[in-house]
Formats: sequence, C-alpha cells, structure tokens
Amino acid sequence: MSRFFARTVPFWLILPSLLLVLIFVYGFIINTGWISLTDQNRLQLEAGKFVGLENYQALWQNPRFRIDIRNTVIFSLIFIPGCLILGLTSALLIQSGIKGEGIFRTIYLAPMAISFIVTGVVWRWLMNPSAGLNDLFAAMGLGFLQNVWYTDPTWGIAAIALPAIWQLSGYTMALYLAGLRAIPKDIYEAAAVDGAAGFYAFRRITFPLLLPVTLSAIIILGHISLKVFDLVVAIAGMGGGPGFSADVPATFMFQTTFQANRFAEGSAISILLLLVVSLLVIPYLYFSLRQEGQR
Amino acid sequence: MRRFGIYLGLVLLAGFYLIPVYILVVTSLKPLAEVSLETMWNLPQGFDLASFAQAWSGDPLTGTRGLGGNFMASLQMAIPATLGALILGSINGYVLAKWPFRYSNLIFALLLFGMFIPYQAVLVPLVNTLQVIGIYGTIPGLILTHIVYGLPISTLIFRNFYADLPQEMIDAGQVDGAGILGIYRHIVLPLSIPATVVVVIWQFTQIWNDFLFGVVVTANPASQPLTVALNNLAGSFVVPWNVQMAGALIAALPTLLIYVFMGRYFVQGLLAGSVKG
Repeated sequence: MSRFFARTVPFWLILPSLLLVLIFVYGFIINTGWISLTDQNRLQLEAGKFVGLENYQALWQNPRFRIDIRNTVIFSLIFIPGCLILGLTSALLIQSGIKGEGIFRTIYLAPMAISFIVTGVVWRWLMNPSAGLNDLFAAMGLGFLQNVWYTDPTWGIAAIALPAIWQLSGYTMALYLAGLRAIPKDIYEAAAVDGAAGFYAFRRITFPLLLPVTLSAIIILGHISLKVFDLVVAIAGMGGGPGFSADVPATFMFQTTFQANRFAEGSAISILLLLVVSLLVIPYLYFSLRQEGQR
Repeated sequence: MRRFGIYLGLVLLAGFYLIPVYILVVTSLKPLAEVSLETMWNLPQGFDLASFAQAWSGDPLTGTRGLGGNFMASLQMAIPATLGALILGSINGYVLAKWPFRYSNLIFALLLFGMFIPYQAVLVPLVNTLQVIGIYGTIPGLILTHIVYGLPISTLIFRNFYADLPQEMIDAGQVDGAGILGIYRHIVLPLSIPATVVVVIWQFTQIWNDFLFGVVVTANPASQPLTVALNNLAGSFVVPWNVQMAGALIAALPTLLIYVFMGRYFVQGLLAGSVKG
C-alpha cells in the first residue's frame, strides 16, 4: 500500500457515502433546478428547451398555488404554536416531580412512532362531519365547536393541523424535557434564597433558558410544516379536498409531476419549497455546527 | 391541591392523545354489523377479529386486496435498508469523529443538509435514475433510496456517539500498531452497541412509516410498502371502517411495539434529529 493511500484512508472510507450524497442529493437538486427552467411539461423523450423563469411565472399566476401558499401559512400558524404550547405544558407537568410520569410521557410521545398515513386514516374517521368528534362535542355540551373540518373551503387546512399537532407535540415535549434537564438545579435554589419561586422563577429563569430549545423546535416544526404531504393525502386525498380546501405545495407538486406529467412545473414547485426550507435550515445548521466547534 | 391540578392536566392531555387510539382499537374489534356513524363511540359488543383477517387477506367479494403481502414487502424493504444505512453511517461517523481531515467538516455539513431537504426536489431525477439502473418500481429500488437518504441521520448519530469515546483509546491502538481499520474493528466496533440500537430503531421506524418514496418509486400494488397500500385501502369506498381501522392497526403495530419496549433508544434517535449542538 502506497504511503499516499495510507495517509488518505479516512477520505477513501467516506468516499462511497460522499459520492452517493453528492449524486442523489446535490446532483438531483441541480437536475431538478434545470428541469424547472425548461418546457418539459409533457411525456417526451428528448430533453426540454430552456425557457427561463416561465414555469415560475405560470406558477405565480396559478390560483391553486396561491391557495397552497395561504394554506401553508395558516397551517404553520396553528401547527407550530400548538406543538410549542402543548409540548411545553406537558414537559412542565411531567418534570414537576410527581409519580407515574413515565406512563404519561410514553403516552404523549407514542404518536411519533406511527406513520402519518395511520394517523390520517384514523383522524379522517374522527373528523367525519356527521359523527366522530362532532358527536363528542355535542355530548360534552360543546356543540359550538362542531364543524365540517377539512372540507371547509376556507379553514379546511386548519383541520389538518389538529392531527399534525397530535402527532408532533410529543416530540416537542421531548425537546423541552431535554432542555429542562439541562438547567442546573442550583439556579432555582439560589433564586429561592432570593425569594424567587413559582411562576416568577419560571418567567425569569426557566423561560429564558428554554429559548434556544424553542428556537430549534420552531425551525424543525417549521420545515416539517412546509413539507407536509402524507397527512393531507390520507385525510383529504391527493387532490387536497374539495376546492383545494386542504391542499399544500407537496400535493400540488405530486399531482403536477406524476399525474399530469408537467415535470417542469412540478420541479419549479419543488425548487421553491427547497429555497424556503433552506432559508430556515442553513442558518440553523451553521450555528449548530459552529457552536459545537467551540465546545 | 397543586398535585391534583398537575394530575388533572396530565390526565386531560392523555385523553387527547388516546382518543384516536380508542377509536382505532374499538372500531377494529367490531363486526361489520356494528359499524355505523351513530355508534362509533360505543364499545364493541363482542370480541371480533374478522376485520383483521379481512384487512390482512383482502375480500374476494369486493375484490379488495389484503395488506399481508405489503406487510412482507415493507419488511423486505426496511430490514436491508436499515442495515445498509447502519454500516455506512457507522464508518462515516467513526472517520468524522476520530480521523478528521481537511474539509471533513464541510463533508459533514453537506451530508447533514441532506436530512432536511424536501424530497420533492429529488423525485424526478430519482425516478429517472432508478429506471436507468433498472430497479424502478422494485423493492431493491426502494432499498437503495432509503439507504441514501438515511445516511445523514445515521452518520450524525454515530459521529456524536464516537466523539464521546476518549481519544486515548485511539492513540493506544496506534501505539499497539493497529491502523484505522484495525482500531475500528477491535476497539470501536465492540463499543458501538448503544448507537447501533438507536440507529436501527430510528431508521427502521422512519423507513417503515415512509409514504412519499413508496408512492413515487413503486407502481405495482404487490410490491408497494404497507403505508401506500393502507392509503389505497382507506381511500376505497367499498372497504368498511372496521377493516380500515384493523389495517391501520396492523401498519402501526411493529413500530409501536418497538417504541413501547425500547422507548429510551427511540427518544435518543428523535433528539439526534434536532442536531444537538
């Protein structure tokens, strides 16, 4: 074995994975980006012709895409705060030193172990306009909460956020629990000596120290809400429900690309999604890795 | 009083998480005659497993396919894909944690980003490439796909785990004349069991629960993963609710059992995904 080879063994060991990722992630993204700039909007053998940003312009004028953007915003505004509030509440309750917290933690986190499809199949039955949760509301005297869920043309997407919160608030709880456990106990003891306890201690100590966790959670949940697909398909179908009531960019992309064979337009949707996700994730990765380098 | 409030809160939250589970279990145990919108919250009058048999083997009367074959297809896909990502991830993690070289941090960052991308941005070239290789629409095609896109997280978990191993171990191995691979085999690998368990559980769960790659890469109903088949079953108007719920329970059970019995490792995988700094 040559000395050059011996010195570069670490690189050779990682090369197979690096090549796979360079091709399957970066190469494919470049390819998708190129397709989005061509007129490949039908099944054809020859490569498409370069048309610049035409597909993006077409997309911008497409009413379905506008609905999708609006739906994604509404979904995120319900889903992210919902997960944060439920996650923080359950983490604080579990961390309060009572017996049997293990059982509750196991129950809260269990939805993370199953697929969005299973969740969707069950919730579609629960959100049946003429039964399910609406019956339960009536029985509890909460009849005013009854609604038509994901079939509502304006607020249908909000009904998808409910099962999404059900599935991912336990994950948010796990993030908060890890954050809470990292706070040293003696801070509270010192604060108690100074007369700070209860809600005051929470507001002045716990809450600020949990800000980094909250920020991570917002970024992770945010990128999940941009990519949501399975749940919408399982509840409202690939078409995103009546009048696109629950439609999202991912379902639009799927139908455009794989059912209508409009590859260039589908690729344009994907690239826009990628850009928005990157805006969230790249700074996050950058700071996470830099922080680690300093440790 | 305070303790009462805490327990009340915990029980109410548990109710929220358990409502769908209640409907899932109760409905799947009902015979067809008992299934209706009016009685969906009622307990079953008996203990009837016919819906599970029908969800598993299908119904010749309506020509509905069962999920049994897809359950096996999911296993044939998830097990090799998990092992593939495990082996590559372990080697990558070892090199990145203990044998850093010029630009190895950049390589790590490039790998990590692959974990967050919306997979929509790779689907069309992925389908084209799998067609060229000749494994589009097959389980091997899905295995390759899941290995590649599982690499980032398995590399991350192993790297964080190996970074905590004392550098003296590596140095001692070098003093004894072992090379990078010898140290890996004789010193690092035997210590890797905890990280291996975390990666196996996490990857298996992710791959088992995947829907997007399954629905894009496989068109043939027989080799479709369970999630895709379940979505088709539930979307069909001829399949009664009790059978849909039984099918959902069959699809959820393997990963749910792993979670219940190995929850600690599951949570470690979960937290690794948030790139602990």
